Amino acid sequence: MKKIGVFICHCGINIKDTVDVDRLTEELADYPGVAYIENYMFMCSDPGQNHIKDAIHERKLDGVVVAACSPTLHESTFQTVLKESGLNEYQMEIANIREQCSWVHTDIEQATHKAKLIIKTAIEKLKLNESLYPVSAPVTKKALVIGGGIAGIQAALDIADAGFQVIMVEKKPSIGGHMIQLSETFPTLDCSQCILTPKMVALSKHKNIKLYVNSEVESIDGYVGNFNVKIKQEALYVDPAKCNLCDDCTEVCPVLVPSEQDEGLSWRKAIYIPFPQAIPATYTLDVENCLGLEPIACGKCREKCIAEAINYDATDTIIEEEVGAVILATGFDLYPVENIPEYGYGKYPDVITSLQFERILSATGPTGGEIYRPSDGKVPKEIVFVQCSGSRDPEHHLSYCSKICCMYTLKHAKLYKHKVHNGQPYIFYIDIRAGGKRYEEFVQQAVSEEGILYIRGKVAKIYKEGDKMIVIGMDTLSNKKIEVKADLVVLAMGIVPSEGSHDLVKRLKINTDDKGFLSEAHPKLRPVESLQAGFYLAGTSQGPRDIPDSVSQASGAAAKALILLSSDKIYHSPIIASVDEDLCSGCAICVGTCPYGARELNEVSKVVEVNEILCEGCGACISACPSGAAQQKNLTDDQIDNMIKIIASGK
Amino acid sequence: MSLKITREKIKNFLVDKIEEISGQNVFDCYQCGICSSGCPVTDYMDYSPNQVIRLLQLGSVDEILNSKTIWICSTCLQCSTRCPKGIEVAKVMEALRTINLRQREGTLKPEDIKSKELKDLPPIALVSAFRKLTG
Amino acid sequence: MKSGYFPGCTLKTNAKHFEDSAMQVMEVLGHPLEEMENWICCGTVFSMTTDDLMLQLASIRNLLRAENQGYDELITLCSMCYNTLKRAKEFILNDEENLRKVNDFMYKEDSKFKGTTDVVHLLSILKDRITFEEIKNKVTKPLTDLKIGAYYGCLLVRPKELAIDDFEDPTIMEELVDTLGGEGVVFPYRLECCGAYQTIIEKDVTVKRTYEIINSARNAGCEALITSCPLCAFNLDQRQKETSEEFLEFSTMPVFYFTELMAIALGLKWNKDWKKLHYIDPVPLLKEKGLI
Repeated sequence: MKKIGVFICHCGINIKDTVDVDRLTEELADYPGVAYIENYMFMCSDPGQNHIKDAIHERKLDGVVVAACSPTLHESTFQTVLKESGLNEYQMEIANIREQCSWVHTDIEQATHKAKLIIKTAIEKLKLNESLYPVSAPVTKKALVIGGGIAGIQAALDIADAGFQVIMVEKKPSIGGHMIQLSETFPTLDCSQCILTPKMVALSKHKNIKLYVNSEVESIDGYVGNFNVKIKQEALYVDPAKCNLCDDCTEVCPVLVPSEQDEGLSWRKAIYIPFPQAIPATYTLDVENCLGLEPIACGKCREKCIAEAINYDATDTIIEEEVGAVILATGFDLYPVENIPEYGYGKYPDVITSLQFERILSATGPTGGEIYRPSDGKVPKEIVFVQCSGSRDPEHHLSYCSKICCMYTLKHAKLYKHKVHNGQPYIFYIDIRAGGKRYEEFVQQAVSEEGILYIRGKVAKIYKEGDKMIVIGMDTLSNKKIEVKADLVVLAMGIVPSEGSHDLVKRLKINTDDKGFLSEAHPKLRPVESLQAGFYLAGTSQGPRDIPDSVSQASGAAAKALILLSSDKIYHSPIIASVDEDLCSGCAICVGTCPYGARELNEVSKVVEVNEILCEGCGACISACPSGAAQQKNLTDDQIDNMIKIIASGK
Repeated sequence: MSLKITREKIKNFLVDKIEEISGQNVFDCYQCGICSSGCPVTDYMDYSPNQVIRLLQLGSVDEILNSKTIWICSTCLQCSTRCPKGIEVAKVMEALRTINLRQREGTLKPEDIKSKELKDLPPIALVSAFRKLTG
Repeated sequence: MKSGYFPGCTLKTNAKHFEDSAMQVMEVLGHPLEEMENWICCGTVFSMTTDDLMLQLASIRNLLRAENQGYDELITLCSMCYNTLKRAKEFILNDEENLRKVNDFMYKEDSKFKGTTDVVHLLSILKDRITFEEIKNKVTKPLTDLKIGAYYGCLLVRPKELAIDDFEDPTIMEELVDTLGGEGVVFPYRLECCGAYQTIIEKDVTVKRTYEIINSARNAGCEALITSCPLCAFNLDQRQKETSEEFLEFSTMPVFYFTELMAIALGLKWNKDWKKLHYIDPVPLLKEKGLI
């Protein structure tokens, strides 16, 4: 029989105050198999670990039970202790007597009794534990980045600069994301395009980066370090290799479509380049709006194209790639403004969204950076900004703070003032959240020196009278109801996960929170990792954040991915399913139940085999197997039986 | 004059009572002020609706029970409909009126209505006013 | 489906023309209104307290009687009756203890209240049951060139749980006006309170409200308003007297019940008695548009 050492931790007072550790030590000393037992204040401390090491050597122990906190916390600590003492780490079991006992009980008698049963089950399990060795697999040293906004761009560049191959997939015709639409950026007021386009160019020229635009990831199979990716690329009607950017095609195209880049404030053609600095620098044929790939219906652009770059017969293609790590940088969209009818968007052209105002401010926007309002092209002399449009309203809209609106709204007001010197901006706000570096100073300077008037209260409604927009709000500081006759109203819309991300995460089985943002593995300690191994999170796909935060997080995600990519092998827990070939009848029921495709019937031997790398140890096959041939390693039916017997006996 | 707040005053008996009668938690409020900006009669009130909620949070109930605000409120429910936190502010106003009315302290005495007016007023106006304003 | 009609107090007095016109219109549309028997005051205003069941009794007693008379639904014309009856029903049915207590109070009635009778506003019946398309087919005298502002007030759209349409952006009444051949004009103050019962203790407030609401309608191009609430109608129509006295530049505007205009559009004869119940005489406008 194995000689087992039992080590009971006090966890300071966390366990000791509720569980009588001295009595446990006494009562379990004679339990069959227990060769040594002790209790100590902090088993996880260095001295505590040394107690275990010493006991292993002096008492010649074969296995160890540590009665302490949850294995999610210190399992690896104690496994290492065993390894350092020359034992196989799977000869160690944790009996969780803290989270599952002392923390949830108050009665010392009963808690002590329960702790005893928990420790006994761990001893019984350990008695039949085999020595196991981690399963290893090679790593494909290439990363996939989904989303070509600033977060995706940063992550891709970091990984590529470290010498690894990167595949970037972007749904739109160009990379750049929302940042390329912005005018200037807070709090430094440097031009968004000026700081972004160098990165876009660097990405396009990088020898380690392969870019697919107008593309979407269809599926990702495989497992961490070894993913197979299927990418659907929309038909390339314009061959980027041939297109010489002459712009002749747009001149002849008869179709007008509201421009996505200008948020509907201008028109583009059905064949177009999204913006002058688009990457890749090529034209795109918008198949939804093109008058027909039927040349009889139109065909003007192809006739005109001297470079013969236009091919109406192009078809969608599926591209397959193998990667080791995936970075999700799927970005955001504005909260649907139609959901707030009392603000009159859609009814009144002079009520616009914050992103539309970015375009009006932008030098490359529909007004060339001059501030004109959409209805009649006049310069707005009084302008109202409505913060928290859709945010912080759990009753009707988004429950959360969208985080970036306070700062971008202030930036809007400042840029407005810089262009319309005698204009008056008003900002309706609830709270000003300016927690970033130099953000508070940015706010104070605007209030003191730039004549921007903050009004503390949420706007109730907006309507039109004559050519003015009447904004009804409240100033809760003076306790006055406020009415502003404005020329233009800008709604500081909250942000939501991008529309396309919802289907994608469903296809990829990536966890999200209740708002649809991607879930991190731990909110504080693993903020850039997904719960799904090998997937990393960057930018607003994980939650509202501004450019500096998105860039930092993207670099963090890249660093995490690089840890994986720079390993020669990845290791996988050996606590997985096995098959007893003598018992397996080859019925293959288990093959269908396995969610990971890790089981296969060997047609020759007529028994099922397990792919150890794919198996996640979920146990589905074991409960499905009618003959008992499928067993979980170190969690066999016999072990579970013995554990149940202890609990059922109550002793 | 400064408002003295104490442990005993916050969440005092009357605040509890108002929360009970209205079924609302006044501590849900984060003072966005949309109740007041949407209210059609804020201009006629001595305390705006968001101030009423704030004073309840501070436990200063007497001040509100004696205010004009609670009688000016016409229960149009704009505040309740728009509150981002789902506080039905109109129900809080009703609870404040109710506490007065249960002590026979309403603002409308039927005998004060002039007989000429009485002839013109529709029953719907009279009955609703008696129900909301007469103790 | 057996439908009963619940009139409520003012429909028999100051808003007699509302009832008359609705009766005639529904006759023409093939859904004559059948008045329930033995009805009493609806309760007028819903009591929003959690603990005062006495104030719910009038509403519940009406609904219980309707149940006993075999009505599956009660149709109201008055927005306030609709609002009060429906909210009282939801409130009492939502809490078993309240239901038990209310039934104990009403021990003299023939049976216990179960809540099987629905409360529906006539506008919903017109839109969902009869359909605007059907009404359009029966229009013989379209309200051509008549720009009408639909004044919803509070009670058709709040609380949002019982709104007859989108509570921030309703269209049902404008659609009805369009159906009748007129032009339904959306104006900013159409969902704003008229001041309601403040008309008694704070007349000035309602006068100011009337001023703002009518002006808002006029600025949007309305020539007349329609409503479905007798209290709104009183404030917006009768209070134009004081409004004109206080604001010298104010110009008046006729206020109709929506059923009056329906009656005209469906080719029914304009009843001269209705004019007496209006403060602002609507006849000149109707004549100008060739409608009477």
